[in-house]
Amino acid sequence: MTQKLVVIGAGMASGRALEHLVETAPDAYDITLFGAEPRGNYNRIMLSPVLSGEKTYEEIVTHDADWYASNGVTCRFGEAVTGIDRGRKVVTTEAGETAYDKLLIATGSNPFIIPVPGKDLPGVITYRDLDDTNAMIDAAATPGARAVVIGGGLLGLEAAAGLKLRGMDVTVVHLMGHLMERQLDPAAGYLLQRELETRGIKVLCGANTKEIRGDGKVEAVLLEDGRIIETDIVVMAVGIRPNTAFAPEAGIATGRGIQVDDTMRTDDPDIFALGECVEHRGMCYGLVAPLYDMAKVAASNLAGSEAAFAPVETSTKLKVTGVDLFSAGDFQEGEGREEIVFRDATRGVYKRLVLEDDRIIGVVMYGDTVDGSWFFGKLKAKEDISDLRDTLIFGPNFAGGAPLDPMAAVAALPDEAEICGCNGVSKGQIIAAITGGATTLDAVKALTKASTSCGTCAGLTEQVVAATLGDDFVLPEAAGMCKCTDHSHDDVRRLIKAKELKSIPAVMQELNWKTSCGCHVCRPALNFYLVADWPGEYQDDAQSRFINERVHANIQKDGTYSVVPRMWGGITTPDELRAIADVADKYEIPTVKVTGGQRIDLLGVKKEDLPHVWGDLNAAGMVSGHAYAKGLRTVKTCVGTDFCRFGTQDSTGLGIKIERLLWGSWTPHKVKLAVSGCPRNCAEATCKDIGVVCVDSGYEIGVGGAAGMDVKEVERLCKVETEEEVLEVIAAFVQLYRENAQYLHRPYKWIAKVGMEWIIETVVEDLPRRKELAAAFALSQTFYQTDPWAERAQGGQAHEFTPLADLTQVAAE
Amino acid sequence: MSDFLDIGALTDIPQRGARLIKTHHGCIAVFRTAEDTVFALDDACPHKGGPLSQGIQHGSAVTCPLHNWVIDLNSGEAQGADEGAVRTYAVKVEDGRILIDRAGLAAPMAAE
Repeated sequence: MTQKLVVIGAGMASGRALEHLVETAPDAYDITLFGAEPRGNYNRIMLSPVLSGEKTYEEIVTHDADWYASNGVTCRFGEAVTGIDRGRKVVTTEAGETAYDKLLIATGSNPFIIPVPGKDLPGVITYRDLDDTNAMIDAAATPGARAVVIGGGLLGLEAAAGLKLRGMDVTVVHLMGHLMERQLDPAAGYLLQRELETRGIKVLCGANTKEIRGDGKVEAVLLEDGRIIETDIVVMAVGIRPNTAFAPEAGIATGRGIQVDDTMRTDDPDIFALGECVEHRGMCYGLVAPLYDMAKVAASNLAGSEAAFAPVETSTKLKVTGVDLFSAGDFQEGEGREEIVFRDATRGVYKRLVLEDDRIIGVVMYGDTVDGSWFFGKLKAKEDISDLRDTLIFGPNFAGGAPLDPMAAVAALPDEAEICGCNGVSKGQIIAAITGGATTLDAVKALTKASTSCGTCAGLTEQVVAATLGDDFVLPEAAGMCKCTDHSHDDVRRLIKAKELKSIPAVMQELNWKTSCGCHVCRPALNFYLVADWPGEYQDDAQSRFINERVHANIQKDGTYSVVPRMWGGITTPDELRAIADVADKYEIPTVKVTGGQRIDLLGVKKEDLPHVWGDLNAAGMVSGHAYAKGLRTVKTCVGTDFCRFGTQDSTGLGIKIERLLWGSWTPHKVKLAVSGCPRNCAEATCKDIGVVCVDSGYEIGVGGAAGMDVKEVERLCKVETEEEVLEVIAAFVQLYRENAQYLHRPYKWIAKVGMEWIIETVVEDLPRRKELAAAFALSQTFYQTDPWAERAQGGQAHEFTPLADLTQVAAE
Repeated sequence: MSDFLDIGALTDIPQRGARLIKTHHGCIAVFRTAEDTVFALDDACPHKGGPLSQGIQHGSAVTCPLHNWVIDLNSGEAQGADEGAVRTYAVKVEDGRILIDRAGLAAPMAAE
């Protein structure tokens, strides 16, 4: 006897189940199919090409009227099921009741709408079905129309790319730090963002939507940080929730989704469920592969043969034309896990395999995904790859062959790229010298003058020569910055400028970093280089700074901090001293000490007290002394003509002016100065990074002194006649040091490398260059010369100073 | 049976950052990696007790701010030539909330 099967939901999962069922047991059931949408089953995954205009709706229909008719499926499309009566075995719709023997629920999912004001305004569109797609296509028809897509996941980005192709001005607002964070690691997310940005899509990561604004319809999106993005539509693509519909009221066991066992049965043996609406062993699914597996299992069990659903690994691809991206498995780092990373900056390729016990457990690929299925096959098969390991990342077509060219980044530079900034030598000029007959590095240097001045581009020049000469050149061993890269500090600095790299992920990608997020050696260095090279453009990365610079105080051996307020030129006042004494009392600071740099150090401050200590010091007019910074520390002075009977100039006043000029600047290492009022040199200016000694006729400026692990007297830079010149020369010198020196090299080390002669030429003799450097320094200071204490005393960066939770209250139970 | 305690939202900790939870037995450092994996360890380096929560994180390791020991966040073990380990705690993230195993928190008391 034919049983009655009622199917609720005409989507891809039930469509596939019906296919299996009519194939294996064509006469077992009399089938009635209800669908809320006024149409049959179509390939929902292909809505993105419909949105972008690359396909039409007709092309993505999977089951047309003929199919349903020839397989005897009664279609009730556009008729929503409102309830089930399990006792009488009927489903209820507007039109009445329909009886069933077996019921298959495939109600799919609902888009998640973030609960912000304005979410119900006309113009807020989700992205689930053809109607949504058509609404977006309509909106895009208006010339100059704008769209904000909330959600930088798979669906949101497909919507964004489609709308952009339709001519809209598109902004993606994404809550997390990088795009598609569930499928991609930060490196691949960076590449994807870059690709989308080159297509003209604006991408805002770490952006939290606060409100959708508009009068009667969508007009703008307001972000938590106050930014307002004007727009005509908002596409909400932040995620999906299983649509359990009437199941809970019908008494069917429901968690996040309708709960099913391995046979796809609910707790009512006559009711099956499958697809995005179900929860199987605590998991909900949204990708098509597991849903098709469920369809097969449900159909088999409906047809009377036993089958069980076992979830398998799934992979993801983004369906945006021209974007190649592949992600599968688990790509988190963890104990016992290893990674193989391949980067090809020129082609924008990133591949990462995560291995555990000699098996691939995760794959992330961007730019070149042809080997994705090969890796994925090995992942699913849990194949032991230890024999293949050395060449695994190169895919199935690779066996043996030459290792990767470490000079790929250099080879990819265009001919006009500047290699030697001092002498204005481009890559093309070096190549021209070689084609003109120069066959050695020295010959090239002699002809072009490349790397003959400051020398920081020596490595880069060598690489260009090596790449051009090919086998005729043997590259000398150059020390890499750290284990994450073969590039030296100097090369990285040069390439950051030549390739205009403006973020840490950009540097790591373009320069073929060997680890996914660097280490404690390279990250602080890169952060400094980017801070120094792109003032105002680069977003400082707090997590790449050593703790002292992150919390603006010096960590001590017991985990407490020391706090040093700035005292300009070493001058203080009774009021400041009283405020310091009060702070020391109030916060029970155990030690108060005078430093070698003429400051007062409060030692033993608890971390959570820091913002309050700073607030009190701020209130008394004091700012951070930056005693923790790779930056300007102190300008020490003697009392000069104010009081001293030998003083020749106002050394205290000049010291204060210098300190006011330089404070807040970030430098490769700490910078300490002193100004002495006469050659007796009471401020000890001759062993400082920069020292000024006043004489009757002007000011002697020396640089490159040291009084730490090495002890060195300054070398003479110049003598100038006015205070203005002192300030300009010092600003230019500091800027040159910031632009050229290797991170953690004090000026004396840098000078030893580049030569005092070149520094004198650049900072003293070449007046236009001096002014240019001083101006560059001044520009940078407009961004960095702020008191970090004030910001934090007022509640900024609070997460640094307060515990996440205090379990001393609750754990006592 | 595991009994997990909600200690805050994942987004309360910056990526590649760490924050503390205070307990009767000292501070526990909770780390969030660039890929949103969360780890919890005693906030004391096995070397000289340095506050690991203040270190620079890279991959699934942290470098102690005092003497640059590198500690694996998963196992709590010192990497490279250094030897020593720090106690770890079971944590998980569910629906954007960080949960810590209450049993792990109580263990030091039970051992007394």
